[in-house]
Amino acid sequence: MRGVVSVALAVGWRMLHNNFTTPSLLIPGLAFPMFFFVAFAGGLSRVNDVPGFQFPVGYTAFQFVFVLLQSAAFAGVFTGFGIVRDFETGFARRLMVAAPDRRGILLGYGIGALGRWAVTALVLTAVAMLAGMQVGGDGVDLFALYLLAAIVNTCGLLWSAGIAMRLRTLQAAPLMQLPVFLSLFFAPVFVPLGLLAGWLEALARVNPVTHLLEAGRSLIAGQPSDVGLAFAIGLTLAGLFSLWAVRGLRKAEAAGGG
Amino acid sequence: MSLTSQVLHLARRSVVRTIRQPANWITPLVFPLALMAVNSGGLDAATHLPGFPTDSFVAFFLAFPFIQGALFATVNAGVDLARDIQTGFLNRLALTPMQSGALLIGHLGGVIALGFVQAVWYLSVGLLIGVRIEAGFLGTIVLFVLAVLIVLAFGSFGALAALRTGSTEAVHSLFPVFFVFLFISSMNLPRNLIETEWFQTAASVNPVSYLIEAIRSLVIEGWNEEALVLGFAVSIGLAIVGLTLSTLSLRTRMART
Repeated sequence: MRGVVSVALAVGWRMLHNNFTTPSLLIPGLAFPMFFFVAFAGGLSRVNDVPGFQFPVGYTAFQFVFVLLQSAAFAGVFTGFGIVRDFETGFARRLMVAAPDRRGILLGYGIGALGRWAVTALVLTAVAMLAGMQVGGDGVDLFALYLLAAIVNTCGLLWSAGIAMRLRTLQAAPLMQLPVFLSLFFAPVFVPLGLLAGWLEALARVNPVTHLLEAGRSLIAGQPSDVGLAFAIGLTLAGLFSLWAVRGLRKAEAAGGG
Repeated sequence: MSLTSQVLHLARRSVVRTIRQPANWITPLVFPLALMAVNSGGLDAATHLPGFPTDSFVAFFLAFPFIQGALFATVNAGVDLARDIQTGFLNRLALTPMQSGALLIGHLGGVIALGFVQAVWYLSVGLLIGVRIEAGFLGTIVLFVLAVLIVLAFGSFGALAALRTGSTEAVHSLFPVFFVFLFISSMNLPRNLIETEWFQTAASVNPVSYLIEAIRSLVIEGWNEEALVLGFAVSIGLAIVGLTLSTLSLRTRMART
């Protein structure tokens, strides 16, 4: 166990150090969620007046939850790009030789993804509060919201790590991004589920992200609803993606880490 | 070899090179329509807002793929030109009797050809899913002319970035900047329905809003002279600025090489 923890801390520290000292990694990770938040919450605030749209704390908070979950998922995915870079540069091979327990490598990447997203979430929250976002939930609700987002972050990381460790090339980047992007946008992004129409409504109803999003919105509104279901879905996905990532690690080991 | 012949050779090379890189033409054909599908499904309820100009959000949003497709074409073409600089193709070309203007016109000719194919594709998909062009057949022709002008305008800025920097990475990094212009515009809602004051102001000073509104007016309104005049003025203005700066940069680049 000590081997796992020491490897995880070392890999996690390295990921965080790389992220926060490399502007080309840090700036897009911070800027894109802000940009989406500004474009959606600012440009679409009038959607609040659509007949049937009822969200007690306003459209800014409604969009904040989506952008928070999106930033969490993509912080995980972008960490996956870092994993690929480690394979392409040969660092992963050396890491595998040096690590007493290689599961620690995966855990370390997870720490890196979480740390990376934590800073984004902090900045995003500050921007949202400055923009006058109303919050109806209490401390416990908000803790649950950020915990839910942290689970989404872990899911994003584990999904992309599984791809990264199997394919070990940056050409796999669209494969990491696209399913995450689609699953997020095939959810009720702009209006509640009840106001979606046609094929998107049908798709959103079977999309697990919808439950995470709606539970997150209920938490920020201070009217928790289906939160247990959302956590169950998030943890189940995290469990499944853990298996996917660990099997990817084994495949990378079998390939000699290169 | 005449200037026309030089231009045709280079335009043909630009088109063939695009065809040989599927990612360069599949992405602009598919991605804008995917975003249109998602936004149209998600924002269909916005048509119930008082004052919304149409009851079909797909028709309202059809202008978006034209602009986003132009951005994709522009960045891809700029990257190709930057690669020509990085690989020394431009240096070798400078040793031939080719006129420097032919390079720019030929290069942009390839971008325009792709832009035209994209416009036909977006419009065909729009018609297939039930969108009607309110301005009729003549309006459709005007729409194509405007779409091509927009591609030319954006393409000239892509070429400018390539010629100024000579770096594919630098041209790639332009994409998010263009994206900001696209999102902080009237793409999702008409400007008079944007509630947030600063956003409405930003959308009003953003030239992309006028390009979107000109295309949109042909689709959902028919003949809106003000929207069309503004759209054509902005696209022609951008094209003139972009082409002038690109020509100056090309002169510098050719002299340097």
